[in-house]
Amino acid sequence: MTATIESPRSGRIAPQYRRSGGSRGNFEMIAWLFMRLSGVVLVVLIFGHLFVNLMVGEGIHAIDFGFVAGKWADPFWQFWDLAMLWLAMLHGTNGVRTIINDYAEKTSTRRWLKTVLYAAAVVIILLGTLVIFTFNPCPVVNGVALPGGFCPA
Amino acid sequence: MPTKPAGTLYRGREGMWSWVGHRITGVVIFFFLLVHVLDTSLVRVSPEAYTAVIGAYKNPLMALGETGLVAAIVFHAFNGLRIIAVDFWKKGAKYQRQMLWAVLALWVVTMLAFSIRHLSLSLGGH
Ligand code: HEM
Ligand code: HEM
Repeated sequence: MTATIESPRSGRIAPQYRRSGGSRGNFEMIAWLFMRLSGVVLVVLIFGHLFVNLMVGEGIHAIDFGFVAGKWADPFWQFWDLAMLWLAMLHGTNGVRTIINDYAEKTSTRRWLKTVLYAAAVVIILLGTLVIFTFNPCPVVNGVALPGGFCPA
Repeated sequence: MPTKPAGTLYRGREGMWSWVGHRITGVVIFFFLLVHVLDTSLVRVSPEAYTAVIGAYKNPLMALGETGLVAAIVFHAFNGLRIIAVDFWKKGAKYQRQMLWAVLALWVVTMLAFSIRHLSLSLGGH
């Protein structure tokens, strides 16, 4: 199975074959590169996340509010989770964008699906970031500490 | 309908099936992540709300679900590294098939180790 692809395969594209009028610059190339760079980093971040949360000690039985409080008391895990959140969401969103472009043939369907995708991505990234940095181990409502929190005695 | 070409670089063989697998696992992980950030955000609602929802992850049926999710991630991760090697390594395209077998072998080994540990923790004891 050897196929030869005629060269030259790249270089200047004649104007009638250009799809976007050239206005997008090299966004697609940057996106392609980002998928690969973020992929390498995500292997470390996600495997580390799964190992610490599922394989160590009692595994999943150890996870509760106190477990999260313990991890996020340490800036190391805050930044670990922050990097994982942003990279995985941008990588996943760009991947799904590619898939939408592949299968949604009507321009209006494509636009609509991608609008929903980007809106969801923005909401999840902002929410996740907010949660990491506004986490409070001792939540208090109307002066009363909520049960299960870690309040100074 | 186009007729089937007699084997091209991408169509019909290992290269195509690994691409199908990569695409499906990518979408599955993406939707999991949307839900996962939402369930984690319950730590901002109340300790009890979070602990209650996480409790759902601890039942035996969910243990199988988690194992399936991890199986998807481990395949996507290893095959992703293979794609990167095909793109950036001089001999990558030549050895893409051998690398797919390596991906599958590593996937089996990793998943055996993971499943034994995770299932004995989540199903056994407690
Ligand atoms: C664990 C580390 C990961 C690695 C090494 C990795 C690697 C890759 C690579 C190399 C691609 C191909 C990009 C291209 O063809 O241009 C890709 C595509 C994709 N990835 Fe990942 N990825 C990882 C994690 C994730 C995560 C966490 C998600 C979801 C949030 C995800 C979702 C996707 C999607 C949806 C695609 C598009 C598939 C397609 O176009 O067929 N990946 N990944
Ligand atoms: C069944 C497997 C999983 C379990 C039990 C789990 C558990 C947790 C827990 C307990 C937290 C709270 C903070 C921490 O421990 O660091 C968390 C946060 C997080 N997890 Fe996972 N996780 C799993 C899989 C994944 C996967 C596959 C990804 C990536 C695709 C991921 C991405 C994240 C992110 C981004 C956060 C931070 C959320 C935020 O910013 O609010 N997790 N996870």
